[in-house]
Amino acid sequence: MSRRSFLRGCAAFGGVTALAASLAPLRELGDYTNTEQFLQKYYKELTPSDMTKVITRIEGEVERQYGIRPHVRDLKPMDGVEFVYALNLTRCIGCRKCVHACVKENNQSRSPEIQYIRVLKMPHGSMDVEKGNHNYDSKQVPEKGFFYMPIQCQQCKNPPCVKVCPVNATWQEKDGITVIDYDWCIGCRYCEAACPYWARRFNFTKPQIPKDKINPDMSYLGNRPRKQGVMEKCHFCIQRTRVGKYPACLEACPVGARKFGNILDPNSEVSYILREKRVFIQLKEEMGTSPRFFYYFDK
Amino acid sequence: MISFIRNYIIFLLRCARIAFIGDWRYYAWMGALTIICLLGLNAYAKQLVHGLITTGMSDEVSWGVYIANFTFLVGVAAAAVMMVIPVYIYGNEELHDLVIFGELLAVAAIIMCLAFVTVDLGRPDRFWHLIPGIGQMNFPQSMLSWDVLVLNGYLLLNVHICGYLLYCRYQNKKPTKWFYIPFVFLAIAWAVSIHTVTAFLYVGLGGRPFWNASIVGPRFLASAFTAGPAIIIIALQIIRNFTTYRIKDKALLTLRSIVQVSMIINVFLLACEVFKEFYSGTAHSASAKYLFFGLHGHYALVPWIWTAITFNLIAMVILSLPLSRGLRWLDVACVLSIIGIWIEKGMGLVIPGFIPTPLGAVVDYRPSFNETLVCLGIWAFGFLCYTVFLRMSVPILQGRLSKTNEGQIESEMYKLT
Repeated sequence: MSRRSFLRGCAAFGGVTALAASLAPLRELGDYTNTEQFLQKYYKELTPSDMTKVITRIEGEVERQYGIRPHVRDLKPMDGVEFVYALNLTRCIGCRKCVHACVKENNQSRSPEIQYIRVLKMPHGSMDVEKGNHNYDSKQVPEKGFFYMPIQCQQCKNPPCVKVCPVNATWQEKDGITVIDYDWCIGCRYCEAACPYWARRFNFTKPQIPKDKINPDMSYLGNRPRKQGVMEKCHFCIQRTRVGKYPACLEACPVGARKFGNILDPNSEVSYILREKRVFIQLKEEMGTSPRFFYYFDK
Repeated sequence: MISFIRNYIIFLLRCARIAFIGDWRYYAWMGALTIICLLGLNAYAKQLVHGLITTGMSDEVSWGVYIANFTFLVGVAAAAVMMVIPVYIYGNEELHDLVIFGELLAVAAIIMCLAFVTVDLGRPDRFWHLIPGIGQMNFPQSMLSWDVLVLNGYLLLNVHICGYLLYCRYQNKKPTKWFYIPFVFLAIAWAVSIHTVTAFLYVGLGGRPFWNASIVGPRFLASAFTAGPAIIIIALQIIRNFTTYRIKDKALLTLRSIVQVSMIINVFLLACEVFKEFYSGTAHSASAKYLFFGLHGHYALVPWIWTAITFNLIAMVILSLPLSRGLRWLDVACVLSIIGIWIEKGMGLVIPGFIPTPLGAVVDYRPSFNETLVCLGIWAFGFLCYTVFLRMSVPILQGRLSKTNEGQIESEMYKLT
């Protein structure tokens, strides 16, 4: 063997070893994906029998991971229903009970913490969110001189997040709820940049939920556990509202500041509020997003 | 037909072979780049396992240095056009043979762009969802789907043009005009489009007033046409010094006038932006305040942007003076412009767009160590690609690697200098 070919051999061997060493962390990939997940079709292209298989897969995964067999459904929007949320700023006391009820209902990651609702503590008289305090830690709420403004996905009629998604992984359903197919999202976070309400959250790592905190009543487009690397956000508790229940945040509110219902039904509470209140506010109306989330005041 | 395929394969093999041959400096350089690449790959493997939590990004600042570098490099790729236009439209002689180096730079830059976008994805395993036909491409709604199309299209155009011209030179054949000239002109328009589309990626977001300004597009082009040719000048200087390839001073001076004019326009547009943000003093200028002066006690970007502005201004002065006809000074001005624009376009454009958040929170961003390693890895990979491209193309252009000397393994042929 000549000196040159020996050296070449050494270099090639060293190169391959170094490549293998640099890829070593991949051994921990674990259940990152599998063939079935990798090849899964887009939500809107799944036939009912495809969907049954997907749901069985998800139920199996949840059971393996959390030791509890969930009930996953693919709930469709109801006819003649368009959901609207109305929030009474005069009543809200900033207790953040809605935030925690939401986390519990929707199987949000506890570590790192993901929350869909952000409550701003605002000085009297201004609707400028930049004056809001996100991290207030008061012994007692409400504090004098402040009002509280909970903000979550505004379920816009013209959602910028839907427009920018390069793969149609997020879209607006017939009942006005903007949903995400967690199995289709590529995690580019363009929607997060586009949202004027900072309503979207990204799973920067594998979400952690204690086994005994899992809510087993799940829906495909709603609160089933998410994977690392995908977006999520408020979906008006699709697993509850599409079967005629109120969202968890509404039920948790101790002062009745939150109202939810079908705007197409003239007798609903939200129809009454939007008809009768002299002033209500769509946050950042100038964005042209036309939110289905309204803030209003008592006299 | 068979002999054509045979010849082409031999051409590719000889090109591949020459990439592994060089003097000790070449080996040292390539070895160092390979090590950095592997470190970056290792960092990326960690990121793939643990998620983007290994970066400094957060829900508040959801894009960081990956997208910043991507944005800068799209500009570098687009700038190849600044050599193509003088040659193919104005018939410039000095630059004629050098165009190919600019186009190869574009190829390397696009490869880096694609790498930077890929490492930014939370689910890179689902990249196929983007492919038209089998996936779901939100075209023409999403600017990101436009970007995927124009970037890959630009890559193909440049690979075709460079590959075809080099293969012709290898065979000592005159290139057939219709087989590349239409593509050259298409690539000119396409180069403008890749950078405009990338600007629109930001401009289209109504909820981010810092980006939602029509000046962002023109500024992107002006800064790209400064930094891109500046990088080409430095690359040509390196080719001149490390190979026997002759490059005339006049060619560099032609590029100098391009960098000169672009830098003046770039600084002017910056001034326009600064005026608009600060004179009106509306609530929408919070991001600009954060960038230039800091906001509510957060000053993370302030030293960066003032460094960028200082570098750009010094570069502009040097470029405007006859001083920069001296190549030393031209090098200095080019390096200053490259660094200045890298900061301004990267950290200076992407990060402040997120701060304050649409709900008014001010959260700083700092790239993590792992994230920095991934970036360095991609940059090293880009340099590696460009070095290999030059290693192949220089002997071909000089006629030392050609069909006529096929079969000869003269070590003479492979020499760098």
